Parts: sequence; C-alpha cells; structure tokens
Amino acid sequence: MIYASMTRRGLAAFALAAGTAMAGTAHAADPMKIGFVHVGPIGDGGYTFQHHLSAEAVKKEFGDKVKVTEVENVPEGPDAERVITQLAQDGNKIIFTTSFGFMNPTLKAAAQFPEVKFEHATGFKTADNMANYNIRFYEGRYVVGLLAGKLTKSNTIGYIASFPIPEVVMGINAAYLGAKKANPNVKMKIIWVNTWFDPGKEGDAAKALIDQGADVLMQHTDSAAAVKVAAEKGLWAVGQSSDMAHFAPDNVITSIADNWAPYVVGRVKAAMDGSWKTGSVWQGMKEGAVEIPAINKKVPEDVRKLAETAMADIAAGKLHPFTGPLKKQDGSDWLADGKTAPDGDLLGMGFYVQGIEGELPK
Amino acid sequence: MDLIANILIGVIVASTPLVFAALGELVAEKSGVLNLGVEGMMIMGAIAGFATIIGTGNPALALVAAMAGGAVMALLFAILTQTLLANQVASGLALTMFGLGISALWGQGYSGLSAGRFPRLDLPGLSNLPVVGELFFGEDLMVYLSLGAVAGVWWFLNRTRGGLVLRAVGENHDAAHAIGYPVKRIRYLALMFGGAMAGLGGAYLSLVQTPLWAEKMTAGRGWIALALVVFAAWKPWRSLLGAYIFGGVTILQLHAQAFGVSIPAQYLSMLPYLATIIVLVLISRDKLKLQFNAPASLGKVFYAAS
Repeated sequence: MIYASMTRRGLAAFALAAGTAMAGTAHAADPMKIGFVHVGPIGDGGYTFQHHLSAEAVKKEFGDKVKVTEVENVPEGPDAERVITQLAQDGNKIIFTTSFGFMNPTLKAAAQFPEVKFEHATGFKTADNMANYNIRFYEGRYVVGLLAGKLTKSNTIGYIASFPIPEVVMGINAAYLGAKKANPNVKMKIIWVNTWFDPGKEGDAAKALIDQGADVLMQHTDSAAAVKVAAEKGLWAVGQSSDMAHFAPDNVITSIADNWAPYVVGRVKAAMDGSWKTGSVWQGMKEGAVEIPAINKKVPEDVRKLAETAMADIAAGKLHPFTGPLKKQDGSDWLADGKTAPDGDLLGMGFYVQGIEGELPK
Repeated sequence: MDLIANILIGVIVASTPLVFAALGELVAEKSGVLNLGVEGMMIMGAIAGFATIIGTGNPALALVAAMAGGAVMALLFAILTQTLLANQVASGLALTMFGLGISALWGQGYSGLSAGRFPRLDLPGLSNLPVVGELFFGEDLMVYLSLGAVAGVWWFLNRTRGGLVLRAVGENHDAAHAIGYPVKRIRYLALMFGGAMAGLGGAYLSLVQTPLWAEKMTAGRGWIALALVVFAAWKPWRSLLGAYIFGGVTILQLHAQAFGVSIPAQYLSMLPYLATIIVLVLISRDKLKLQFNAPASLGKVFYAAS
C-alpha cells in the first residue's frame, strides 16, 4: 500500500509542478497553498470523494488566490505523518487531514510547524494550530433507520460496518433506534468487514446479509458495492457518504451525503483574513452538513413524510436521535427519560444500545 | 438448505478472482519467472473489462479486453525482465505500482457508472432446480471458464509436449537452452498467459462480483494469489482448492457474524491469512517436497550467452 501511495504522491507532485509552471507567469501575487490528505482514492465515489468536493469548493470560491494540493490513498500510520510534514514543508498554510486515523500524525505535525494551520476531520484532539471538524452523521443515520424500518418486509436490516470505533458504533445505534421507532419488530444484522474500502468484500458481506434474510442494506464502508448487490437482488439499500442513487436508481432509498464544503471554505477564508482560531465543531442537519438527497420515488408517501418530518425536527433542534429512556445492550441505564445524549458520550461510544443482537468487537 | 447453497455460491464468487490470478501466476512461475505484479495486472484487467462493457455492452468483448489489459502489462514485465534482464522482484513491484496508478487515471471517468448483470449459465430444466440449480448450473459464465482453465492448464502442463518444455525451462533454463528450446520466447508466452489470467481475475471483480469500477478495487487480491501459488505447491488443482478455501473462510466468517457468533471479527478476518501462513510453514517442513515442486530456476535471470 505504501508503494501505491508513493506513486500517487509522485503524480500529485508532478501535477503540482506543472500547475505552478502554468500559473507562475499569470499572477504576481503568490496564491495561498492549501493541502488535503485523503485516506482513500478520490475516485471512490463515497467518503473521500465528498472531501474532494470540499477541496473543489475551495478552488471554486477562491480561484487563483489558492493553490490546492490533494494527496490520496495515504495509509493511516507513520506514512501519514510523513505526507503531512511534507505538505507543511512545501509551504501549505492550511492542511486538511480527512480521516480519523490521521489524528495523531496531524497532532505531531502541528507541534512541529506552529505557523501552519491544521484541520483534522472526525477526531477529537486539538491544539493551538489544529482544529477538529466533524459531522453529526448519526442524525442522517437515524433518518435512514426510520426509512429502513418502514421498508423492510422481513423485519431484518443488514448493516455492513467497518471498524468498531465510536463513529461507527454511534451510526449503528442511531440507525437501530430509528428503525425500532418506525418498526418495533425490527432486527439488525451487523457484519464487520474490518476495512473502509474493499468493494469485493463489501459485496460479499452484502450477499451474506441478504442470504440471512436482510432485505434492506446499510453500510459504513466507502464503496457502492453493497448498493449494487442489493440492486441485483431487487432489494433496498442506503447510499453512504455520497449520493449513490446513480448506481442503482430503483434500489437506493436515499443516501447520507457528507457536505464538508461550507466549513472548509469558511476556514480557508478565516485563514486568509487572519481570523482563524482553533476549535472543535460538530455540524449537523442544522448547518446543512448532513444531507439526505431526494428520497426514492418508489418509497410510499407516508414513509417519506415520516422521514421528512424527522429531518425538519432534527434541524430545528426538536428531535435528538439519542433521547432517553435508553439502556445499553447489557441492560444497564444510559439515558434517563427525556434526557438527550451528551456529545462526550457519543464521541466515545463503545457500546450497543439495548435491542441490538451480537457482541460489539473490541 | 437454500442458505447453504447461497453460502456456497458466495464462496464461489469470492474465490473465482483468486482462481484466475493464481492459475496465471502458476504458469508464469512454472516457466521460471517470478512476477510480483499480479495486483497491477489484475487491476488493469478490471478497468479494461469495465471500460469495454460500458463502451460496447458486449461481455465477450469485455473479457477479451480484460485479458489484453493484463497481457499488455505482462508483456511490459517480460520486456523488462527477459530482454533487458532487469531484476524480477523489483520489476514486479514496479508493475503493481504502475498498474494501480495507470488504472486510476484511466478509470477517472468510470467511477460513477455501473455495468449490467453478467450473463449466467441457463440450462432449461437444470438451472432452476431447487437448491442445487443455481449452485451447479446457474453460475455466471466466468465461473465455468475458471474451472475449465484449471483443467486446461493441468492438461497442458502434464499431458502435452508444450507443457513439458515449459516445465523444463522453469527447472533448468541453461539445459533447456542448450538443447535448443527458445527459453525467452516460452517465458514471454507464459508471462502473457499469466497476465491474461490475472486480467480475467480483475475483470471478475469489476464485471461480476460488484459490477462497478472503483480505484484499487482489487484490494490486495493479487498478493493473495501469489501466496496461493506457493500454497498449491505449483499444482493447478491445488491452486483451485487453495482459492476456494480462502474464499470459503472469508465468506464463512461474514456469515458467522450475521448469525451472531461472538468471535471477535478481527480474529475471523485474520483466519484466511493465518491458514495461508500455516500451510506455508507445513509444506516447507517437508523440504524434499518443496524442492520437487518449486521450479528450480524460479526468479533466476537467464543469460542466453551462457
């Protein structure tokens, strides 16, 4: 994998050199250099693609005033630190690292380059020059859970999960609570594939879930494989990270699309005018960071209404997916009646809520 | 019963890309060349096949394109290692990197598209039998192609003069050269066959298993195929068996999870790799056995002058 990322970096460097050569003659003022570090390929049509769109939004907004470099396929680990450090040395003034596993490498680079601003997505650590930004995906998961709960005929929803980190566990819980709300008899089957991106394995997991009775699929992995498998069997699926309707127009209920662009553009602007400060934001439907694109026309009207009402309520702050009374899977109390989950509980979530079967891998 | 049949179908689907890729590499290694670029050739087959099916809608043409995609990559490797005498290990690694990069470039316009369903075998009366119908008579056509290829390669290697010559070149290229066999030409052909098979393996992913294109979608299967060749001790039927064991463990651990079996998923995901390592250790204990099966000239550079 390291080799692969080296090649891609080579291409990126080449593109950068070519770009500089062309831009050099046209403008006297130096553009602000901005770096993005991605865990997957831009062409995944999912998670990394949405981060790529935020980089595109920056280019569109600021045009010649910025010089954006994106590095794809960076493994989470020592290699990441090298890439981030390299970008800082190359004169990038603000660097966005867009995966959970880049948190500690970003923190180390931030200590090394105090004059560079770092923005890390989906983590929880910050520094004077390192901010954290995240999206309340669980709000979207709750809504698609509602839809799935209503649409399943076998009362079984299949869920393809990546790694047992709080982000993913939170998503499973939110989706389950939504589904349960819509359909008290619902069951959720969960398969952990231990990868973010392996279309073949994601497809295999989707097939296994279908074979065991699931008729609506959800996923927390990055490719559209599960959507394609569901479509082949004529079943419903939910798209992940990016609007996946075009992969299977008749079978995608909707998708949970991450919209990072408003935040990223805002932060670049702040870095330009000197108002940038560190911080930690967690944006949701209210800010437009979680988008549920058009719900499939084949979904019955009342089901769609249910989802749309929930979305409006979440955006207005009237509905929180994690509202008590809620117990943990082991039966112990978590939230008292009417209480909503504190952000801290969600960000460190390491348990299933009551009703989910199977054991959470450690 | 249906569930068991479905699980078996899943195993076959997960294993077939490995069957193709391992079989191709096996032939290349039997001719004495170690090509570590399987992953790169697979991904080229995946994009070539996918681009062709999007462009023409013709599955047969897509398979030809996938074979060509892999074979062209193998040809590049053959030129580097056989004509220019470059190091095989380094060239193979470079081939993987090159394939991943160039396929991503080629595939840029294809990442949102999806192909239709790949044709399946349809025998009236047989394919729609309950339980066994789809399993035995209703698979996609590439599955039968892969089984046929295994049988064909076994027959070629063990029952034909051409196979004997290829094995002779792999065992001792100097001797083969001395009695007048065209060592380089044979290795070129073996490598290109390996490339074409790897291309088919990649195309199985992008055309059948998940009919879509995504960068790096082979996700390490090329390396597994390489391990399987050793696992199989360079025997075609055993490479088939190895691929099915590997696919089987993968699929079974997914099903075990959906059944709620509480083995931590990480251990289950580890199982296929663990199985490969254990078998590697076991077969290397029997030194004699490995010596008998591993091509003696494997990975050695051949100087025609000597």
